[in-house]
Amino acid sequence: MNAVMKHRLFWPVVVLLALILVNTLSRPSFVSITVQDGRLYGSLIDILRNSAPLMLVALGMTLVIATRGIDLSVGAVMAVSGAVALQIIQDSGDAANPSVLAVAIGAGLLAGLACGLWNGFLIAVLGIQPIIATLVLMLAGRGIALLITRGFITTINSDPYKFMAQGYVVGLPFAFYVSLAAIAIVAVIERRTALGVLTEAVGINPEASRLAGVRARGIIWGAYAASGLLAGFAGLLYSSNIMAADANAAGLYIELDAILAVVLGGTSLAGGTFSLAGTVVGVFTIQTLKSTITFLGVPPAVTPVFMAAVVVLVVLIQSSRFRRWVGRLGGRLSVRSAQPVERTEVAS
Amino acid sequence: MTSTQTVLTGELRAVTRPHRFMARHASWIPVFAAVGILVAMVVGAQLYFGKFLTPRLVSSILLDNSYLLILAVGMTFVILTGGIDLSVGAVMSFTGMMGASLLRQGLPSSVVAPTMLATGALIGLGVGVLVQYFDVQPFIASLAGMFLARGLGFVVSLNSIKVTDRPILWLQGTRLQAGSGWYITPTGIIALLVVLVGAGLLAYTRFGRTVYAVGGNEQSARLMGLPVARTKLLAYVVSGTCAGLAGVIFTAYTGAAYPLNGIGTELDTIAAVVIGGTLLTGGSGFVVGSMIGVFVYGMIKTIINFLGVDQSWTRITIGALLLLFVVVQRLIVARSARRR
Repeated sequence: MNAVMKHRLFWPVVVLLALILVNTLSRPSFVSITVQDGRLYGSLIDILRNSAPLMLVALGMTLVIATRGIDLSVGAVMAVSGAVALQIIQDSGDAANPSVLAVAIGAGLLAGLACGLWNGFLIAVLGIQPIIATLVLMLAGRGIALLITRGFITTINSDPYKFMAQGYVVGLPFAFYVSLAAIAIVAVIERRTALGVLTEAVGINPEASRLAGVRARGIIWGAYAASGLLAGFAGLLYSSNIMAADANAAGLYIELDAILAVVLGGTSLAGGTFSLAGTVVGVFTIQTLKSTITFLGVPPAVTPVFMAAVVVLVVLIQSSRFRRWVGRLGGRLSVRSAQPVERTEVAS
Repeated sequence: MTSTQTVLTGELRAVTRPHRFMARHASWIPVFAAVGILVAMVVGAQLYFGKFLTPRLVSSILLDNSYLLILAVGMTFVILTGGIDLSVGAVMSFTGMMGASLLRQGLPSSVVAPTMLATGALIGLGVGVLVQYFDVQPFIASLAGMFLARGLGFVVSLNSIKVTDRPILWLQGTRLQAGSGWYITPTGIIALLVVLVGAGLLAYTRFGRTVYAVGGNEQSARLMGLPVARTKLLAYVVSGTCAGLAGVIFTAYTGAAYPLNGIGTELDTIAAVVIGGTLLTGGSGFVVGSMIGVFVYGMIKTIINFLGVDQSWTRITIGALLLLFVVVQRLIVARSARRR
């Protein structure tokens, strides 16, 4: 039992399960899944489907945060990639043509990758602080997206494109398979090769890892490139969901949600360690929280207050001083935990 | 160091004078660069448009950006300590909403305006406590403050609240003419006063010098026995208070409060402060620089209006300028590091 509680995914999973439990108690239909025409429907399925863009962005953010960086530009990158793809489809005039769609999707992804490479160049080569380097693109990106869509909201009508976010495969939403694929690919690349360990080494001390022979520059650059590419894909999913490229609304505040998901999953913002499974749990937690808020009848506009409460709670739990306070309080209540609980954490 | 300098002959000293000036005033160089950019923009626009720089236009830049100027002063304090405050735009919007709703209930503005400032200060204090006592990263702590203020603004009302209070509207509506088209509004005067007070605080008080010391090296400041915790906390309180004041000014400026006001203002503020030469790593920068940064921002907006091109270019230009200045700063830091 103690070993389970010590596991770093313990608290994130508890939070997620508690949320689901609260939902189920207040509305039993929450966990029910119905089958219609061989497709699964239900609140949980909706969460799986709607979390896909956030999942992609948060995976990229995990890698960036592991290198002790941060990527504020992901929302703007989403806007750019969606704008590029939809503008190509609209200009072609043939929205159902597979080759046009392939070109549009490829171009959208390339745009995302280019944004990521740009961020990486500023940070890894020029040595600019990650917050400010990605702030540049965060400010300029939406402007660029507006230029691409010529100041309008580009709308298209294309069933194959719509399929990306709204289609079903073997009963489950296609978008969920996209998340799964992204999780699998990132996990294999990071955890089945030495890349993950090297990324953590760079996050702990870039200079020391460079002296130890790790190519820190390439690894940092790669993390931002991956974040850009994943955000690009998320932008395509978003535009496919609403069938429009809205340069102002696409991915608005998603950088904050993604950072929150990563932190909820137990990855420290100080870098040097990351947990992909934690991020996955964090993303589902945020999506469930959002659906809870909607269900409780709280106007979506007040959602930020709940988010603030969650952020404060999470950062307090992560703060070692707060844990010591709680530990002291607990020590008065029970003798067993009176001895100081030492947690070995490299990052904090 | 001093002995080698005295050995230098007079001739050599004359040659190295510009260098010595650069070395001594290294932290002012980005400010000079910002002034240079501002002058270049004005001259360029004057040449391009023919009739660009009029007293009316200069006056309107101060009028349109007085809230940003106040926010930038507060942000300068926080960034100087090595932190960042993302909550300012949301706090400005929330205090505006709260103030407008209190005014609608008939409270006098002499009560409402101080309440707005105090609310801003309180949110700043909360962010500061999270940063200082719970080791939360400033980015995340102020993000929580931003969420909180944004949400509370929506709690007050989802719709725009019109302000009819006379003293508040007087702040904006009064134009003190100074002949040949020059004018200034009370909001502009308040903003300039805030700049003055901010600059004075930083340059001449113990608190101000400690802010620089903390930003330069927190560990050293602590070992020197400086009150690091109190100073960092106060910096966030200053920023929060400024955001509250900006709420008053912005409400006067628009004549109404709207919960969606000020989205993205925190980014504009940070951009203006950085363009004004304040190092994001802390410890180097000036309130006057931030003022120049705000003017650069206002000038870009005006020029883009004059050009009649899409407003999305404003953000792109600001982004590009931000990049330019960060690279310049980077080079300066790298040079001074080599010197050491």
